[in-house]
Amino acid sequence: MNIAVCVKQVPDASEVKIDPQTNTMKREGVPAILNPFDTYAVEEAISIKEKVGGKVTAVTMGPPQAVEMLKLCVSMGVDDATLLSDRAFAGADTWATSYTLGLGIKKLDKVDLIICGKQAIDGDTAQVGPGIAENLGLPFVAYVRKVLDITDTTLTVERLIEDGYEVVEVSLPAVITVVKEINTPRLPSLKGKMRAKSLEVKPLSAADLGAIPENIGLAGSPTKVFKVFSPPVKGQREFIEGEPAEQASKLVAKLHELRVL
Amino acid sequence: MDYLLTEEQLAIRDLARQIAEEKIKPVRAELDEKNEFAWDIMHVLAQADLFGLYIPEEYGGFGGGCFENCIAVEEISRACIGISVSFAASGLGCYPILLFGNEEQKAKYLPQIASGKRLAAFGLTEANAGSDAGGTRTTAVLDGNEWVLNGTKQWITNGGEAEIYSVIAMTNPSKGARGASAFIVEKGTPGFSFGKKENKMGIRSSATRELIFENCRIPKENMLGKEGMGFLIAMKTLDKSRPGIGAQAVGLAQGALDESVQYARERHQFGKPIISFQAIQHMLADMATQTEAARALIYAVAKFMDSDPKDVSKASAMSKLFASDVAMKVTVDAVQILGGYGYMKEYPVEKMMRDAKILQIYEGTNQIQRNVIGAALIKEAASSKK
Repeated sequence: MNIAVCVKQVPDASEVKIDPQTNTMKREGVPAILNPFDTYAVEEAISIKEKVGGKVTAVTMGPPQAVEMLKLCVSMGVDDATLLSDRAFAGADTWATSYTLGLGIKKLDKVDLIICGKQAIDGDTAQVGPGIAENLGLPFVAYVRKVLDITDTTLTVERLIEDGYEVVEVSLPAVITVVKEINTPRLPSLKGKMRAKSLEVKPLSAADLGAIPENIGLAGSPTKVFKVFSPPVKGQREFIEGEPAEQASKLVAKLHELRVL
Repeated sequence: MDYLLTEEQLAIRDLARQIAEEKIKPVRAELDEKNEFAWDIMHVLAQADLFGLYIPEEYGGFGGGCFENCIAVEEISRACIGISVSFAASGLGCYPILLFGNEEQKAKYLPQIASGKRLAAFGLTEANAGSDAGGTRTTAVLDGNEWVLNGTKQWITNGGEAEIYSVIAMTNPSKGARGASAFIVEKGTPGFSFGKKENKMGIRSSATRELIFENCRIPKENMLGKEGMGFLIAMKTLDKSRPGIGAQAVGLAQGALDESVQYARERHQFGKPIISFQAIQHMLADMATQTEAARALIYAVAKFMDSDPKDVSKASAMSKLFASDVAMKVTVDAVQILGGYGYMKEYPVEKMMRDAKILQIYEGTNQIQRNVIGAALIKEAASSKK
């Protein structure tokens, strides 16, 4: 079973501040971390490999310093890492990113399963997973919370839906995105850390991937950002006093008044 | 202080520190309260490859030595020595096999211990054989192709949880200390059972139980070394493991110092943080100096031990003696600095002070360590006269 796990380096959300002038994130001096949702994807890929054998490759598109994150994946038990890095990739939205990652995955030996975190904590779009499936023409299952069974040709999973979960069987190769309920990510191992130290990652450029220039980076991104702002904090709030029953009836009256009900 | 650790040693330290911070600190108080063995943490330590630091690579270990093991033990101990003793006691049970096992025994057991899949334990102490191991009553009698063990070992760390036991038993009681031998006994062997779990003052997350042998038959080939080598094996094992106790002490002292400094900065009295008072600063300064001195000694002894010297008993005893006395003093002072809060279970130093006491007692009381050092001084003086 060859598994590709897509990962992204993101700013540590607990450290991020917003510049009130420009309304953009202050990235300077903010540590970059492995996207938290991707740690579940990495763990799931490794634990599937431990059960059925095979190889796990971490794939990312990003600047050269993303190697540090790939090394973290290797220290957890990922076998190999691929870095897609080129100035021409800069400014990519989810469409161009999905296209580029799709090309990167095609460069790997026959991949049976592609696992992504459900979304990245910086953009929060949850579009790249399905985008990769679309680019590669593969079946896709979102929000997987449990892998029930895996064979050479099929995968059976539970996927989270609004009011419960559904069981889905999908043919392989396929793309899935996973939610945090799926597992508890492991910490690195010592042997993994030592292997990561000696790991050399040769970046693949747009030319290496044979990417069409109009499809990558800012040029290949249909998304145009017109304005970014953080919503102003409105000080409107009201505390309803009284016994619980009394509070409830006051609350219902208030909701009627606001035409919410 | 920078001890110029290698890249590998730094990786061990960082990994053990991460486990201590993220996995151990959040659960240590509850494990202490419930007297509960930390299997979850043992699995984390196993997955991180830390159980085999001192075991050669050919047996699935990391190929390091006593020093590498001490680094990991120190870091785990900063959070909880109940957990670090469970970790380190697997090493104690392993050393007799590593030092005196034959090729078959090493090939069979070392990879299991190195991977952390099975814990090991060491069975020496008995009700009437503590500091005086010559009082050992457990016997092993050869019957055909099997040794038959009878007797009870007491206060065995990892008892019941470990699966591989190195046990000292008398094969020829008339010969006294020269009549003891060492054996490997696996959990599940008929006639081998466990007594009640002890209710301890500290290190409460560690399992301490009796090993009970009632006509327990083990294969002849489970003897370690040769017949009559039991006490030599026990002494060499303890020489190897004592710096690990010292490393527990250094980690514990550091943990207590860290808590004290943090508290003294936050606690305000008379309109100022208490760390601004010289009385507090001087206490902290002594605690820090003693902890660093203990660390320097442990590291030096561990490195000395890894150079494979002929006799390490004196240095090994010094490292355990000095560091454990430091840990006791530093944790008592930590409780004093935190005052009333320090005496309450809401703050971790109360547990640290309870935990510290065992370091002066187990693996040879500090009085016995002084005996060992004294005997070495006499021997050295006598040999230099010639």
